[in-house]
Amino acid sequence: MLEIRDLHAAAGDRQILNGINLTVNAGEVHAIMGPNGSGKSTLAGVLAGRDGLEVTAGTVTFKGQDLLDLEPEERAREGLFLAFQYPVEIPGVNNAYLLKAGLNEVRKHRGEPELDAMDFMTLIRERMKLLEMDDTLLSRPVNEGFSGGEKKRNEIFQMAVLEPTLAILDETDSGLDIDALKTVAGGVNALRDPARSMVVVTHYQRLLNYIVPDFVHVLSGGRIVKSGGKELALELEEKGYGWIETEPAAASA
Amino acid sequence: MTQIATGAESYAAQFAAFAQSTPLPSGLASLRDDAFNCFDRLGFPTTRLEEWRFSNVAPIADTPFVTSVTTPSYGQGALDALYLPELDGPRLVFVNGLFIPALSTTDGLPSGVRARSLAEVLASDPETVQPHLGRLARIENHAFTALNTAFLRDGAVIEVAEGVVVDAPIHLVFVTTGGDGPVLSQPRALVLAAANSQVRVVESHAGEGDTPYLNNTLTEVVVGDGAVVDHYAVVREADTAFRIGGLFALLGRASNFSSHAITLSGAIVRHEAGVVLNGEGGVCTLNGLYLGNGRQLVDNQTTIDHAQPHCDSHELYKGILDGRSRAVFNGKIIVRLDAQKTDAKQSNKALLLSEGAQVTTKPQLEIFADDVKCTHGATVGQLDEEALFYLRSRALSEAQARQLLIHAFAADLLGHIKVAAVRHQIDTLLTERLPVGAGGAEHR
Repeated sequence: MLEIRDLHAAAGDRQILNGINLTVNAGEVHAIMGPNGSGKSTLAGVLAGRDGLEVTAGTVTFKGQDLLDLEPEERAREGLFLAFQYPVEIPGVNNAYLLKAGLNEVRKHRGEPELDAMDFMTLIRERMKLLEMDDTLLSRPVNEGFSGGEKKRNEIFQMAVLEPTLAILDETDSGLDIDALKTVAGGVNALRDPARSMVVVTHYQRLLNYIVPDFVHVLSGGRIVKSGGKELALELEEKGYGWIETEPAAASA
Repeated sequence: MTQIATGAESYAAQFAAFAQSTPLPSGLASLRDDAFNCFDRLGFPTTRLEEWRFSNVAPIADTPFVTSVTTPSYGQGALDALYLPELDGPRLVFVNGLFIPALSTTDGLPSGVRARSLAEVLASDPETVQPHLGRLARIENHAFTALNTAFLRDGAVIEVAEGVVVDAPIHLVFVTTGGDGPVLSQPRALVLAAANSQVRVVESHAGEGDTPYLNNTLTEVVVGDGAVVDHYAVVREADTAFRIGGLFALLGRASNFSSHAITLSGAIVRHEAGVVLNGEGGVCTLNGLYLGNGRQLVDNQTTIDHAQPHCDSHELYKGILDGRSRAVFNGKIIVRLDAQKTDAKQSNKALLLSEGAQVTTKPQLEIFADDVKCTHGATVGQLDEEALFYLRSRALSEAQARQLLIHAFAADLLGHIKVAAVRHQIDTLLTERLPVGAGGAEHR
C-alpha cells in the first residue's frame, strides 16, 4: 500500500525529516507517536502534498505509484485522505457541496458514475450516523463556527464519505474531550477494513486505547527511532519520550 | 470637416444643436444651460483633482462621443442577450438613452405606481419632475453630472404613491449599442417613493460592439418618510466601453434605502453613490461587488451624509481583481453636529488574484457629533493557501478549488440581496464572469 524509503524533507531551510522508512500494508493501522517538533505533522503533510514542504531525498510509493509526483487532488482521487490537525474554516463554501464535489471527483477517477443529489443524500445520511453528526452541520459553511469536536468529527465524516484506501489522521485526538474522542474513535473503527490502511499520528497514547494500532512507531528528530506493537504506546505513556530522545539521532529539528 | 475636436470643446456644437431641437419648459431649459456652462468651465476631470487622483479618464476625454439623435432599431432578440431574463415583470427599456415603448411593459404594476419615460413626463407634466431633477445630482462641481444634465432628454420616472407596496421589481434596462462612431448615452432615472411606500428598482446597464461608448447615467431617489426602497445596479458594459454612474438618494424620517452596485464588466466603470440621511431613524445600506480583469478600471465612490440623529448606515464593498486591473474605493462618511447616536459601519474587501492587480482604498470619516459609533475597515488579500490545499486534499482540482473560494468570497455579499430572482440572476452572471487567477489557468 504505502512504502516510504529514506524520506528527507525540509520546510524552507529547516530540515525536518531525516530518513524515514515505513511500510504500511493493506488493512494495517500504524500509529506514529513522538514529541512536539519530531516531524509527525510534516510527515503527514508530505504524504498529502502540502505546499511549502520540499522533499530533499527518498521515495514514497503508494499503490505502486510515485506518490510525490502527484498533485494533492490526484492523491485524494487515488484514495489518500488526510484528516487535518487543524481543519480549515471556509466561509461561503457549503459542507455538503464540498463533499459532493469531492466524492464525484473520486468516483469519476474510479470510473464510477457521479451521484445525483438524491443518492448523495442517502449516502451521507447513512454515514452521518457513524459520527453522530447533527444534520445542520451539512448545510453550514465548511468548519465555520464548528466547535473543536465538531471539526474533528467532520474530518472523519468526510473520510467515511470519500472511503479512502489510506487514511492519515493527524492528531485527530487533539483538543477533544473524552466523549468526543470516543465518538471520533468509534467512527474510525467502523471504517477499519482489510482493504483500508490507516496512519494515526498522535502525541498521546490515549487515542490508541480506542483506536488500537497494529504497529507503533516513535518519531524523533525526523526519524523513526523505535518500532513495536501496541504495547510500545503504553511504555511511552509510562516513561514519557525522554528515554527515546536520549538515544542518538542524526539531526534535530 | 474630418477634423474632430476632442475634450470638452467638442460638445459645444452638439449642445447648441441639441438645445435647439429639444424644447424644455423654461425652468428645466435654464438648468440645462447652466449645466452645459458648468461642464464647459470644468472640462473633463484629470488626475490632478483629488476625487479623480487614481482614476484617469483621459480615454473618455479623448474620444469624440456623439449623442444619438434617432432611436436605433432594436429588436426583442437582441435585447434577450442583454437584459436579465429572470426579471420578467415590469420593465422600461432604453437604447442609447432613448425609451423604447415596444420593448417595455408596465403590466403587473399595482395602482398607485407609475413607471414612465422621462421624455413623456417632460412633455405632459414636467412639474412632476422639475423640483427633483438636479436637486440631488449637483452640476456645479462634477463634469459628468453637468454633461448628463446638459443633455437632459429621456430616462425613467417611477412614482409610488403613499403607502403603496410594489412587489415585482421594476426593471430599468439601459442598453448602449455602437453605431458608426462612439455613442454617448445619458439616461436619467428618478424614483419618487412617497411616505410608507415600498419599491424595488433594478437598473441593468449593458452594451455590445467593439466601438467604445460612454454610458453616463444619473439616478436620483427620493425616499419618503417610512418608505423602503431597494435599488440594484448591474453593470455589464462592453469590454471597450466606459460608464460613469451617479446614484443619489435623500432619505426621510425612519425610511430605509439599500443599494447594491454590481460591476461585472466595462473598460472604465465609475460608480458614485451619495446618500443623505435627512430624517431621524433612517437606515441606509450601500453594498457593492466588482470584478476586474485585463486592464479594467473600476472605481467606487460613496458618500453617506448623516445629517440627523439615530440613523444607521452599513456599507460593504467587495472586489475580485485579476490581470492588470485596478480598483479604487473611496468611502466618505460625514456625521453632522446634530447626528448623535449615528451608527455607521464601512468595510471594503478586495481579493487580488494576480501580481498585476491593484486596489486603492480610502475611508474618509468626518465626524462632528460626539456620541456616535463609526467603524471602518479595509482588507486586501490573496486566496487562502491553506483553504486551497484543504479543498484539493478533498479531491477538487486546483481550478475548482479556486473557483469555489472566489465564488464564496462574493457569495457573502449576494446573501444581502433580498429579491431571490435578482440574487439568483446576479449569481449566474457572476459565475460566468468570475476570474480564476493565473494559477487556475495552468491546471487543466
